[in-house]
Amino acid sequence: MRAAAQFQPARRQPLLSVRQLTKMYGKTVGCRDLSFDLFPGEIIAIVGESGSGKSTLLSCLSGRLMPDQGSVIYDLNHKGPTDILTLSEPERRKLMRTDWGLVHQNPRDGLRMEVTAGGNIGERPMAVGARHYGRIREEAQDWLAKVEIDLLRTDHRPKTFSGGMQQRLQIARILVTKPRLVFMDEPTGGLDVSVQARLLDLLRCLVMNIGVAVVIVTHDLSVARLLADRIIVMWRGNMVETGLADQVLDDPHHPYTQLLVSSVL
Amino acid sequence: MTGPHGNAAGRSFRQPYNFAYLDEQSKRMIRRCILKSMAVPGLQVPFGSREMPLAYGWGTGGIQVTASVIGPNDTLKVIDQGADDATNAVSIRRFFKRVAGIATTEITEAATIIQTRHRVPETPLKEGQIIVYQVPSPEPLRRLEPRDSETRKMHAYAEYGLMSVELYEDIARFGHIATTNSYPVMTNGRYLMSPSPIPKFDNPKIANNPAIQLFGAGREKRIYAVPPYTQVQSLDFEDHPFRVQRWRQCCSLCGATDSYLDEIVMSDKGRRMFVCSDTDYCTTRRDHGHLGPDRGDPADIELLLPSKIATGSESR
Repeated sequence: MRAAAQFQPARRQPLLSVRQLTKMYGKTVGCRDLSFDLFPGEIIAIVGESGSGKSTLLSCLSGRLMPDQGSVIYDLNHKGPTDILTLSEPERRKLMRTDWGLVHQNPRDGLRMEVTAGGNIGERPMAVGARHYGRIREEAQDWLAKVEIDLLRTDHRPKTFSGGMQQRLQIARILVTKPRLVFMDEPTGGLDVSVQARLLDLLRCLVMNIGVAVVIVTHDLSVARLLADRIIVMWRGNMVETGLADQVLDDPHHPYTQLLVSSVL
Repeated sequence: MTGPHGNAAGRSFRQPYNFAYLDEQSKRMIRRCILKSMAVPGLQVPFGSREMPLAYGWGTGGIQVTASVIGPNDTLKVIDQGADDATNAVSIRRFFKRVAGIATTEITEAATIIQTRHRVPETPLKEGQIIVYQVPSPEPLRRLEPRDSETRKMHAYAEYGLMSVELYEDIARFGHIATTNSYPVMTNGRYLMSPSPIPKFDNPKIANNPAIQLFGAGREKRIYAVPPYTQVQSLDFEDHPFRVQRWRQCCSLCGATDSYLDEIVMSDKGRRMFVCSDTDYCTTRRDHGHLGPDRGDPADIELLLPSKIATGSESR
């Protein structure tokens, strides 16, 4: 799918284009002068060590944090490319509920722990006006099957789920409204290696099938290699290297990237 | 304390309290909030709740609203779970008799202001009447969203999907919408509102009601209102429509089949009895000669409801 798309690059319009994004915390640099484009269906990984500004960047992109400078232009469904920083709060919240999604590192932040798995998945459809119980439930179960959660657990609360299941439920809950852009903050953090592998495999299948664009923040280079088309390497708030995933990982130019690649266990 | 001063002579004495207990400035503030809430049906308007000579949870919000709208010529009825003679109703009625010297009644039609806890009277309300609800928790979204900053935004932007999640949970767990009181409603197609803990049986009575409906929450410091003839919709699902409770029995005393019934255990052997929760409605029907199936055994009824029957006959 992606290979075919690359034959007509001139006509493609970026889904998200970030220009000169800067966020300072007083004198401390959050992130500085970042620019990149994200095309529909593309996966970008942002890698870097702790404190390198990855999460700041993600918060700025997803509208949770107001950057000091720069613009985040998103190709809105109904009115074309718009700087999302100029949108009003209700518009931004609506975007976040429908066309965008945010997968938290800790599923507890993204899920409603007191609400059953079915209700968790049904929340977004209900937020956009679904009012037919049977159909909401059917869709929820369809998604539970897609993320390989036993349908018998539809009416169980997520706090009875294992960490891996919670993370998969969180992903199902986001993807149910078929968003065009999903932000993921360390989706595999805190999971053991075998569960990580299954989750990544699942994520890759789902993302490919729906054709959703993903910005994934991770410090795990193997996650980036497995999922991402392109990689942005951040260091002390700056973008130090960017390129195709294999290219960056196999032939790192910047000394920090070289350090990062060589320190993989 | 002031003595009862229903007559003009009583007023000429120095009174320890202002008319209807609250000082005029507080009343003005509350009236302004009431006007605002009437202008935007269902919107929760914050107000400076005052200390009342009553514990929170006993109707401080309702009392403050009543005290602000009541005038010397008003007739007050107070009900608690439909009953005129329950502790809460009796003490609030006596309070206003003392501090405002107004007339009180138990007859729904005769009242100009009705303060209520947990019920709407069975007798349909008329234009010119005001019903004041005592509200313990005004925020319908609170159970799923604990942050107040967030629920305010949800109201402001009309993001009410979360309320459906709660109803979804009910169906998922019990097979039907099991919420029976504080059943969430949409007021005038815009604001989600908790109709105070009235049974959902009473929800249809809120819609298109000719009376003014005011809701006061003292602890939460919120006032909201439903003006006369306002559209009020109970939330539901297309395949699980809103339904009110129904009973197989009729009222044991008056034989009513259209009223909200309380179940009362009569003996250790498990004998039970269903009676109208609205005492005024029940007595009126009995006075008109309607008799229920248990009426043949008056000893039982005397034993069960001596006060109800006594007050019922006295007031007439």
